[in-house]
Amino acid sequence: MAAIAADITLQRQDELLYLLHQDCGSCHGMTLKGGLGPPLLPQVLQDKPVELLSATILFGRPSTPMPPWSFMLNADEATWLAKHLKGQAHD
Amino acid sequence: MIKFLSLIVVAVFSLSLPAAEPRGTGDMGIIIERANGSVLIIETTHNSQLYRVEGLGDLSHASAVFSRDERHAYVFGRDGGLSKIDLLSGTLLKRVMQAGNSIGGAISQDGKIIAVSNYEPGGVKLFDSTSLELLSDIPAHYAESKQSKTVGLVDAPNQHFVFSLFEGNQIWLLDAHNPKQPKIQKFADIGLQPYDALISSNGRFYIAGLFGEEGLALLDLWQLDKGVQRILPHYGKDDPKKPVYKMPHLEGWALTDDYALFPAVGRNDVLVADRRTWQLVKKIPVYGQPVFVMSRPDGRQVWVNFAMPNNDTVQIIDTLKLAVMTTKKIGKGVLHMEFTPRGEAVWLSVRDEDKVQIYGTEDGQLRGELPAHKPSGIFFAARAHQSGL
Repeated sequence: MAAIAADITLQRQDELLYLLHQDCGSCHGMTLKGGLGPPLLPQVLQDKPVELLSATILFGRPSTPMPPWSFMLNADEATWLAKHLKGQAHD
Repeated sequence: MIKFLSLIVVAVFSLSLPAAEPRGTGDMGIIIERANGSVLIIETTHNSQLYRVEGLGDLSHASAVFSRDERHAYVFGRDGGLSKIDLLSGTLLKRVMQAGNSIGGAISQDGKIIAVSNYEPGGVKLFDSTSLELLSDIPAHYAESKQSKTVGLVDAPNQHFVFSLFEGNQIWLLDAHNPKQPKIQKFADIGLQPYDALISSNGRFYIAGLFGEEGLALLDLWQLDKGVQRILPHYGKDDPKKPVYKMPHLEGWALTDDYALFPAVGRNDVLVADRRTWQLVKKIPVYGQPVFVMSRPDGRQVWVNFAMPNNDTVQIIDTLKLAVMTTKKIGKGVLHMEFTPRGEAVWLSVRDEDKVQIYGTEDGQLRGELPAHKPSGIFFAARAHQSGL
């Protein structure tokens, strides 16, 4: 975990969080409490493995409005976001 | 005598205070600051900010309607908050938490009822526009123990509201003559996943955009017995849908004398339909996936903004040529546009640059700029007198 966080610069982490709240937030809510898309709060995601969340971020979910974000995120960044969503510390 | 004189002095002095000068609100409007739970009250005659009103909760997806006297704005917040603002004094008069998660609202033809469209719990609630007291709760049940998010809520003539069920694939027509016991007429199987809707400015055609399949669902409120028709059913048949990074909005009514213009879902096109036959006339290729396709009030231009990563640009469509005439780089995160009532200017919110820009529509030149914190929706009070807004 520490290694992943170390690979993502602080500036990039800020960008990822901005993307999460502003753009993911257009469907999931800026505070991630849900909207047209489901809520992304830690208690909702606790049973979902990081790998599943990361794959959903990268590849989307067919037949739902969730699009793939691989055009602007790499696997490490998606994993970082998935852990962040689950409330796992990056330290 | 001294007392009398001083009274006169006080009276003259207070008359000369600018704050005491009566004014109308017809050139006023609000700008949502989505990250801070605040709104700016602005005026479009001198392009200035008058007030900032705070304490409106989560406004990350917020919209507003106006009282028929244009004095009050009703703001619908993402967190289910319904707030009533006094434009003249710049104060928050009342705020009720009416649901867990909300998407928008409408005001009735007579101005007495506010309707709110909710995601969680899915349904619509009606409120008294003066007191914000709850009048009725209409859960959007569409199957055994299933409740749908509601979208595309608009007012319609004869004290009606219309909305769509995102999971339920239905359109409901609500007769609110008796707002405590509204009557509901349901139209089922209108198409998969209606995501938003609009109503024509004369209140006749309600059109819901579909996310789960191609096409749109049209209900002619003058001929309800015809039911819901599917229009533009195959608009993308030679062009597979791409992932959608921002849901398009259907708002206002981009229409010319002959045509109606809509955003295509998941494609870099604006769709043009014949207003009489609803047949697809043309697909206008545009810069990205369109989010808002909005007509200048006279219908001569249509302005289009785009989903990320193309949300730094707007394009202007010439509605005689049905082609893009201008492409403008505005700045990062252009989220919304609003025309002044007679269309000489348009205001654009530029979220990532924390500002609102004002362009003249005749020459396309920048007329002014106002700072705003993460601005999103811009709503002018003149909406008070337009059905469906």
